[in-house]
Amino acid sequence: MPQNEHIELHRKRHGQRLDHQERKRKKESREAHERSHKARKMIGLKAKLYHKQRHSEKIQMKKTLKMHEQRKTKQKNDDKTPEGAVPAYLLDREGQSRAKILSNMIKQKRKEKAGKWEVPLPKVRAQGETEVLKVIRTGKRQKKAWKRMVTKVCFVGDNFTRKPPKYERFIRPMGLRFKKAHVTHPELKATFCLPILGVKKNPSSPLYTTLGVITKGTVVEVNVSELGLVTQGGKVIWGKYAQVTNNPENDGCINAVLLV
Amino acid sequence: SAALIDMSMMSSDVERLLIQFQDEAGEPLGSPFDVPLDITPDKLQLVCNALLQKEPVPLAFFVRGEAEVVESLRVCVKALGAETETVLPVVYQPQAVFRVRAVARCTSSLQGHTEAVISAAFSPTGKYLASGSGDTTVRFWDLTTETPQHTSRGHSHWVLTISWSPDGRKLASGCKNSQICIWDPVTGQQMGKTLTGHTKWITWISWEPLHLNPECRYLASSSKDGAVRVWDVVLGRCERILTGHTQSVTCVKWGGDGLLYTSSQDRTVKVWRAKDGVQCRTLQGHAHWVNTLALSTDYVLRTGAFEPADATINPQDQTGTFEELKEKALQRYNKVRGEGPERLVSGSDDFTLFLWNPAEDKKPLARLTGHSALVNEVLFSPDTRLLASASFDKSIKIWDGRTGKYLQSLRGHVAAVYQVAWSADSRLMVSGSSDSTLKVWDIKTGKLHTDLPGHADEVFAVDWSPDGQRVVSGGKDKCLRIWRR
Repeated sequence: MPQNEHIELHRKRHGQRLDHQERKRKKESREAHERSHKARKMIGLKAKLYHKQRHSEKIQMKKTLKMHEQRKTKQKNDDKTPEGAVPAYLLDREGQSRAKILSNMIKQKRKEKAGKWEVPLPKVRAQGETEVLKVIRTGKRQKKAWKRMVTKVCFVGDNFTRKPPKYERFIRPMGLRFKKAHVTHPELKATFCLPILGVKKNPSSPLYTTLGVITKGTVVEVNVSELGLVTQGGKVIWGKYAQVTNNPENDGCINAVLLV
Repeated sequence: SAALIDMSMMSSDVERLLIQFQDEAGEPLGSPFDVPLDITPDKLQLVCNALLQKEPVPLAFFVRGEAEVVESLRVCVKALGAETETVLPVVYQPQAVFRVRAVARCTSSLQGHTEAVISAAFSPTGKYLASGSGDTTVRFWDLTTETPQHTSRGHSHWVLTISWSPDGRKLASGCKNSQICIWDPVTGQQMGKTLTGHTKWITWISWEPLHLNPECRYLASSSKDGAVRVWDVVLGRCERILTGHTQSVTCVKWGGDGLLYTSSQDRTVKVWRAKDGVQCRTLQGHAHWVNTLALSTDYVLRTGAFEPADATINPQDQTGTFEELKEKALQRYNKVRGEGPERLVSGSDDFTLFLWNPAEDKKPLARLTGHSALVNEVLFSPDTRLLASASFDKSIKIWDGRTGKYLQSLRGHVAAVYQVAWSADSRLMVSGSSDSTLKVWDIKTGKLHTDLPGHADEVFAVDWSPDGQRVVSGGKDKCLRIWRR
């Protein structure tokens, strides 16, 4: 290897041999022969390594050639009818493979034992107290700070009456009280405006559940008598759980998805 | 009358009871009759037939129209808690004169389809058998030799539904590429051109009844695109498009009174006038997709002018001029329909069924609850007295066809029940399920009659021929099985 750039300098100053391009072309065309000569004559460990490398190179080459060939020939794939013919009554339903059914059964049994239930939004951001409850200062010198006001949407119920204002610790403003929720049925993909019956569980804290605070991920019970669902025994179902999917304090409405 | 005297002299120390025979409409037959309390149904039948003074027919007796007399009158009276002092009304119901024998063995397994068989049907006289499959062909099978007869190619995707015209001379098939083809069963060739017009797959095809038009010219097809089209088969074009449903139409039935009934995934059932395509009524009440419809006169509309009681060993084509056939079909239709209008039952994904009187009322007659999974198929018995519902909760429930009262549950399948088929005398029923077996049920006793295993995979289509001789079943294992006695 040259230690300095004297070869390049010479090329710059004097140009290249007159037959340089021709010699270069011919040398390159001889490369295939020289490669094969080397591959045949090599022995020992060196040969093993070289052959392994060459083999993988060749596989790659073949793959790219095949790809190019496929692109060249246009294939009419529309003729083939897909497999898995099902009658009309099964078309809109996703068939479950039998292996899946068994594993689902086992998973459900395990979940029942653990007491965990499937909800569309399993994890929600936990709301801290400073976010949900705002400190209200009272007293002659505004020093007492034991009252809190709820800053999120809440549900209070029909027969709610405030405690005497002097004694109420948690203030739920009327402007943030909602009675109805827009509930979407996940399979029918239809949305209904249904009255709320109560707050079942707020994932952030049991305190919020008792207060009736509705944030994203809260499970509420809604009145579904409008939908006309019926149990096996013939009784009309009138309450079902739904999980809230938006941030009601930002949007001004409660959107929920029905838990079927 | 000798039997009567014999009976009255025989047991003078047993309690006696006054009964009044009534027909199904409530009209009394003769005057109140004095009979011993432990009289059996056969003796009752003798008495009633003598009073009717017609050819003796098999009869079933229901005390006060509710409890059936099975062993003796005493048991019924005790069960009902009725008084023995007053006159007890006993309703008699004529049963089918002919008796269909239960199928017991698989006579042949017809191979030929290269993909799953998704629909199979016998022609109205039971002479031809056609099957549609996922390999896009419709195959006709010769029933006397139980071998393939014709393979009809013309569709480009799975053949989802097939339907015979009521005179048995044409077969209509609908495919997943929204095309409908009409085939001639004798030659296996396509008649006329392919009917195109729908934009999504065809879910159901229903022909106009024979007594309204003996030429069998019009048919109605429903599709996933939410439209129902009425086609003229002779001219090969669409006569009318009935739009109104907002989602896929799952079933369409052409009623005998000139009304079309359609059910859809938008939870409604709509009633249309067939003549001008005007929507008459929307029946609402279901809480989820409505999967299937059944009309009380379904069986008689399907068989047209063919009377199963006149069936012979070798099924024949229907002969006669258009007027003769129309007359016969109209007679049969009026007999089965009775006085009241047609009743309609709809089965849905919300696990319930509704019994409607669609020609008159928007409100349902009854809501039939009890299933714990979606209802896949509902079917009236040929004599319209019973209703069977097959559901994905592995059971079949039998309901009263008139009031919708729950009668019994038939359990035995271990996976979802896909389809059911009644025998022509309404005494037996066969059901095909996802667990690859068929089961024949005896309705009188409410028990399993025969278990018919043999299929290697799920059974998608079941049909009982109108002459009662054969049952055909087709499924995912690509072969069609014929079962006989």
